Amino acid sequence: MATILLDQVRKVYAGNVEAVKGVSIDIADGEFIVLVGPSGCGKSTLLRMIAGLEEISGGEIHIGDRVVNNVEPADRDIAMVFQNYALYPHMSVYDNLAYGLRNRGVAKGEIDSRVKEAARILEIGTFLDRKPRQLSGGQRQRVAMGRAIVRQPAAFLFDEPLSNLDAKLRVQMRIEIKRLQKALGTTSVYVTHDQLEAMTLANRLVVLNHGRIEQIGTPLDVYEAPATTFVAGFIGSPAMNLIPVKAKEGGLALETGEGLLAPNGHGVAQAILGVRPEDLVLATDGVAAPGGLSLEMTVIAVEPVGAESYVHGTVEGLKDDIVMRAGPKTDYAPGSRLKLTAVPEKLHIFDAQTGARLNA
Amino acid sequence: MQTKRITFKAKGLPYLLVAPQLAVTLVFFIWPASQALYQSVLQQDAFGLRTEFVGLANFENLFADPLYLASFKVTMVFSFGTTFLSMGVALMLAVMADRVIKGATGYKTFLIWPYAVAPAVAGVLWWFMFNPTIGVAAYAIRQMGYDWNHTIDGNDALILIIIAAAWKQISYNFLFFLAGLQSIPRSLIEAAAIDGASPFKRFWTIVFPLLSPTSFFLLVVNMVYAFFDTFSVVHATTAGGPGQSTSILVYKVWRDAFESLDLGGSAAQSVILMLIVIALTVIQFRYIERKVEY
Ligand SMILES: Nc1ncnc2c1ncn2[C@@H]1O[C@H](COP(=O)(O)OP(=O)(O)O)[C@@H](O)[C@H]1O
Ligand SMILES: [Mg+2]
Repeated sequence: MATILLDQVRKVYAGNVEAVKGVSIDIADGEFIVLVGPSGCGKSTLLRMIAGLEEISGGEIHIGDRVVNNVEPADRDIAMVFQNYALYPHMSVYDNLAYGLRNRGVAKGEIDSRVKEAARILEIGTFLDRKPRQLSGGQRQRVAMGRAIVRQPAAFLFDEPLSNLDAKLRVQMRIEIKRLQKALGTTSVYVTHDQLEAMTLANRLVVLNHGRIEQIGTPLDVYEAPATTFVAGFIGSPAMNLIPVKAKEGGLALETGEGLLAPNGHGVAQAILGVRPEDLVLATDGVAAPGGLSLEMTVIAVEPVGAESYVHGTVEGLKDDIVMRAGPKTDYAPGSRLKLTAVPEKLHIFDAQTGARLNA
Repeated sequence: MQTKRITFKAKGLPYLLVAPQLAVTLVFFIWPASQALYQSVLQQDAFGLRTEFVGLANFENLFADPLYLASFKVTMVFSFGTTFLSMGVALMLAVMADRVIKGATGYKTFLIWPYAVAPAVAGVLWWFMFNPTIGVAAYAIRQMGYDWNHTIDGNDALILIIIAAAWKQISYNFLFFLAGLQSIPRSLIEAAAIDGASPFKRFWTIVFPLLSPTSFFLLVVNMVYAFFDTFSVVHATTAGGPGQSTSILVYKVWRDAFESLDLGGSAAQSVILMLIVIALTVIQFRYIERKVEY
């Protein structure tokens, strides 16, 4: 059990590639932190610096009450689960689990009871004698987890551990990891590019982009009040509609000057207005919500996904399509025109230049 | 998947295309091999005037000949010595190079150059370096208090041909080991590091076992090399001497045929060598077929 503190951590690779640009995170004991962001944003680099597999170019990393910048991976009291599992192919499952304990000189009896206990928890007891190649993807994943938990480390580090599994197994393992982490209460840092995985696992999310933190917060906070246009577009599926707007007498309008969209509560000349697909509704009798958004959309296509449908359409003067969530059996002919609205509390306003959130 | 089938109009063309390969195999392999088999059951008189069929007598003579048995023993020491020396050095170099390059291919190609040095040249090189009167290596060894003289001391001579023969194999072994090392996922080594294994322990418990298919393959290749492909090295370095102390089987075949003119005995020796290479090849295929043993 330990806290982890990152203080202005930086990583510059050979060739002056700055992969992580001054990241600070304060991770509480027992917390489940998920680092999420698009591929190449520096998630793995950050995690590997915590693990000690990558040298730290600047800043400090604390695990517990130690600065670990110059501590060997083995002495950081962490365990890591790799994307490709990294099981030792020539060793049995039992030996894979026992390897780390043997290296640390744990007594034989103790090793045996810890391995059996981990195997029981993860339900891999029946194939302790098998080699990794004789296991399915999901079973390998469990063994990799087992190797982490037998060590009883201060922290777990996960680098996209579920991305090699099929969709169904991924959901199942996700729930299991969450349950296990809760039961053990071990501080965890989990890397993924899958925003849904991130939302469902995290106590707190850290959204990364180009080696910088865009936002830290609980999944709900991040979803309901994204700090930047990047976060707004990255978290949530389908993504939030982001509409460039400019000030006009009486409120914000499309850049062409057409169609009043929303009140201008921030006194800006230009802005990005965000609205989630589920917050867009049909204006009853063509009347927009008081003080809210008003938009006329021409339907391109309706995408039914079972429990709901997504209506894609264009708005005159707007480059990108708009997406609205609708009920399960929605059926609009392409070309139909819909009057949409959203209540003012559901509108997100971002700075046109910096992308930073303007409303509270 | 569908493969496009290319057909030739002229029915004879395929045969024409494989003909050179067939000819080479026939002239340089099948024909000499059958000649050796044929000769091994014949005996000629000293003047080459009469030849008679003697059955397995040549073989019986061989195994009763203390010189031949001694040559067998020397060959064993030589083969194992050469194999372990060249593989050991190559593995050490590969581990060091693996750490430095991590995927830089240009450098790897450059490392195969020593392999292109003709064996006879390499042999002469070693002969010079260890020459008791003018060689730098011999001088250095003498400075360390050992009286090196491979022209008198049979053990020195054996060590010399082992070094000379191993030298030539190092770059070949090196490339295979390096390729083997680079195919081990980095995350395995990292997992072991996190699991508290020292670099030394990581090597012996993770890397070395994962290299075992490569090592086994190289073991057979090097044994075959030491048995059959080292004539020129021995010829240029010690010429089998002093006495018979470095007269390995493949060298003795030549010596008995062309210096002692014992064609029948020499042919019998060739046949035995052929049997050994066939045995090694069978072992090779048996185990390589089974693939990676983990
Ligand atoms: N060993 C390395 N040398 C140079 N650049 C690297 C190295 N590893 C990663 N990078 C670069 O650093 C950036 C972040 O990589 P990474 O942390 O792997 O991203 P992520 O895990 O978020 O996909 C990328 O631009 C990548 O190309
Ligand atoms: Mg990554």
